[in-house]
Amino acid sequence: MNRESGKKGTSRARRRDGPDVVPGSGYTSVLTGATAAAMAFLAVFALALALGAGRLADRWSDALAQSATLRLSAPAGEMATQTSAVLQILRETPGVASVRVIDADEQRALLAPWFGPEMPVERLALPRLIEIIEAGEGFDPVGLRMRLAAEAPGAVLDDHSRWRRPMVAAADRLRMLALVAVALIAGAMAAMVALAASFSLAANAQVIAVLRLVGARDAFIARAFTRRFALRALVGAGVGTALGLGALALFPAAGEGVLAGLGPRGADWLWPLTIPPFAALVAWAATRAAAFRVLRRQG
Amino acid sequence: MIRLEKLTQKFGDRTLLGEVDLHVATGAFHFLTGPSGAGKTTLLKLCYGELMPSSGKVSLFGNSLAQMSRDQLAETRRRIGVIHQDCRFLDHLSIVENVALPFTAAGRAVPESDLRELLVWVGLEAQAGALPPTLSGGERQRAALARAVIAAPEVVLADEPTGNVDWEMSLRILSLLIELNRMGTAVMIATHDLNLIRSAKAQVSARVLRISERRLQSAGADL
Repeated sequence: MNRESGKKGTSRARRRDGPDVVPGSGYTSVLTGATAAAMAFLAVFALALALGAGRLADRWSDALAQSATLRLSAPAGEMATQTSAVLQILRETPGVASVRVIDADEQRALLAPWFGPEMPVERLALPRLIEIIEAGEGFDPVGLRMRLAAEAPGAVLDDHSRWRRPMVAAADRLRMLALVAVALIAGAMAAMVALAASFSLAANAQVIAVLRLVGARDAFIARAFTRRFALRALVGAGVGTALGLGALALFPAAGEGVLAGLGPRGADWLWPLTIPPFAALVAWAATRAAAFRVLRRQG
Repeated sequence: MIRLEKLTQKFGDRTLLGEVDLHVATGAFHFLTGPSGAGKTTLLKLCYGELMPSSGKVSLFGNSLAQMSRDQLAETRRRIGVIHQDCRFLDHLSIVENVALPFTAAGRAVPESDLRELLVWVGLEAQAGALPPTLSGGERQRAALARAVIAAPEVVLADEPTGNVDWEMSLRILSLLIELNRMGTAVMIATHDLNLIRSAKAQVSARVLRISERRLQSAGADL
């Protein structure tokens, strides 16, 4: 035998990373894969909810931010004069793209849900409504209110902020809840994988003893387990994500029901594809932490 | 290479080894004998750092075991080949993969020619692809020997390497260890087989140490 066996090689060398030193374990394998699949399935919906809520908040914010309504109350004899004055003020206000007086037909249509279509709006002392369409960054509502108070005391400006704020806040809160759900799912998966990894490490105590005997470092032993569990999580999460996306694709399109708009749109479909690698990363980190903890405890 | 100084090993209230001094030098050949339960396996485990002593000092290649980090201990174990009576294989790996394990654990590639040469040396070239549970006791011991020496360790510690094999196979394993020692590797064999020790002493200058009443003593001339 060559005394320097292994120190100098003259021919083909065996694989540097070597064989899989940890034997396959059906129980932990199934547990990890199934957990990753279930969590990924749930994560797809949580992510879709977060994206949908984000879109909703943006849409509401954009739609209401671009317009305002001015309500003008004045005695019948002064209505025409004050309307003319208000329109003049609005046209001179920077950030106002256009203004339009809501005519009697439109007012009737607005009130129809409450009073019916035959409402004689001409004979009622209803305030005049003026729609304001904003341009660019919009107008300064505080400055406009001050000028209106001076020149048309019966005018009340509604820039929709009191409607917009709670709606956008609600949508933002919904998005935050969905992201918290994603974080909780990731945490739950990490805990489950860590448990499975700890079980596997305990079940493979003899394997670890042999590896230590031949001079394996903790990092090498931990890597053998992290590689296995990360791969299982990747495959399991891939299956779960595919099932989740399939279920989302079955949801109705926009405007067709309660669940309308929940499904991803356009580039949003790419976001769920990040779930499997993220699950693998979570499994890798959870297994690594569990492995080092167990290895140190084993001495 | 391996030095134990005033080493005491206790398990609970029971003292298994007391005030033990031992030095395994380069190229030495030691036998460690004594009755079952005397502490032979424990002493070997102390020699490669699987156990920490209750008191006293263990030095491996000039470094104190107590002051080694976990990574340093792993590196040190690569310089020590260990053979257990139960061989301790990874049963899901083939014999050739088990033999190459010290290289795998070190993240190094093992040259195929050296691996083949080693398997020929221990007479297991035909069993290279077999799984450990399918091998006989003698074949397993020789495979364990091959794994212990593949990384060219400076010392080989063997715990009852002939405990599960017949006399003929015992002599074959012994001759492999003697050949290894002649190439410069220090060898320490724990055994209660006095015939094996006598056979070895006829071929190599070996020191025989006996554990008796918790102490390590040189054996008498009858060995």
